Amino acid sequence: MSPRPLRLRKISNPPPVSGFKPYGSKKNRSRAESIFLHYEEYEAIRLCDYEMLNHNQASVIMDVSRPTLTRIYARARQKIAQALVQGSQIIIEGGKIYFDSEWFSCKSCGCYFNNPEKEAKIEKCPLCHSTDIINFDENPENEEEISAHCHDVCVCTNCGHEQSHHYGKPCSEEICPKCGIRMVKKGTPHSKLTN
Amino acid sequence: MKVAITSTGNSQESKLDQRFGRCGFFTIYDTETGGVEFVPNPNKDVQEGAGPASVQLVASRNVSKIISGEFGIKIKSLLDSLKIQMIVLKEPEKTIGEIIKMLNN
Ligand SMILES: [Zn+2]
Ligand SMILES: [Zn+2]
Ligand SMILES: [Zn+2]
Repeated sequence: MSPRPLRLRKISNPPPVSGFKPYGSKKNRSRAESIFLHYEEYEAIRLCDYEMLNHNQASVIMDVSRPTLTRIYARARQKIAQALVQGSQIIIEGGKIYFDSEWFSCKSCGCYFNNPEKEAKIEKCPLCHSTDIINFDENPENEEEISAHCHDVCVCTNCGHEQSHHYGKPCSEEICPKCGIRMVKKGTPHSKLTN
Repeated sequence: MKVAITSTGNSQESKLDQRFGRCGFFTIYDTETGGVEFVPNPNKDVQEGAGPASVQLVASRNVSKIISGEFGIKIKSLLDSLKIQMIVLKEPEKTIGEIIKMLNN
C-alpha cells in the first residue's frame, strides 16, 4: 500500500494554534457556535495581510486562480469580522483544498462524507441511504451569502460616480458609465488621487 | 463490506466517540455477516501519533468506511489516499446500535 503523494504542500506555514477563544464572556464558547476558518482561508489572510502580497502573488503561491483567491480571501475576512463582532470562538479547520476527494453532506441525517473513489458517482448517503445529499463544490450558498453582505463601493476617480461593488469582480473591471474609464475601490488611497 | 465506528465503550449501547485517533474502541461492523467486533484502541493514551496509528489499525482490518465525530487534517489526507471513506457525524448522543441500524436501513 503506497499512499499517493499528499497535496499538503500548498500551505507553507501551518497556523501555530488551532483557534482563538474570546475572553470576557462565557457565551459563544461551544463548538457549535464557533466560526470555522478553513486552512486555505487562513493561508489567504497570511499571504495577503501578513506577508503583504497582492492577490495575484498569493494566488500563485496557493496554486488557485486569482478570482478563487479573492473569494477565499473575502470569505476569510468575513468570518474573522463575524467572530470579532459576535465574540465567537474561531476554530481553524481543514478546507477541501487539502484533499483530493469531493465532499458531500446529507440533508437527512446531517453527516458529511467524502467520495474516495473518484470514478464512482455518489448518489446516496453512505450512512442513512437518503438521496437528499449536496455536493460542497456545487453548493453556491456561500458565495451568494458573501455577495449579499458585501457593502463595498466602486468609484470613478474622474467624475466620482459610485456604484455598488460586484462581489468577486475586481473594481478595475468595472467601467464608469459616464467617462468610460476603469473604476477603483472606494476608500483605497488610489480612489482619492484626483479629488 | 466492513465499517469502523469509533465508540466510547465496548457495547452497542456505547456512544459514538467524537474523536478518531483517541477513541475508546473501534467497532468493526461487517455489513454482510452482521458481525460486530469491538477492538480496544491501543492508541487511546499515546502522546503523539494516535491518528496515524489508528488509521493503520483500521486499514489492517480492511474497512472501507469509517464513521466518527471528526478527523484531523492529517488523518483526512491519509484516509483519502487509502481510499477509505470518511463519514463525519457530529452527534455524540448516537449509540453504536443506532448507527448500525441506520446502515442496515
Ligand atoms: Zn444521511
Ligand atoms: Zn466617471
Ligand atoms: Zn468594486
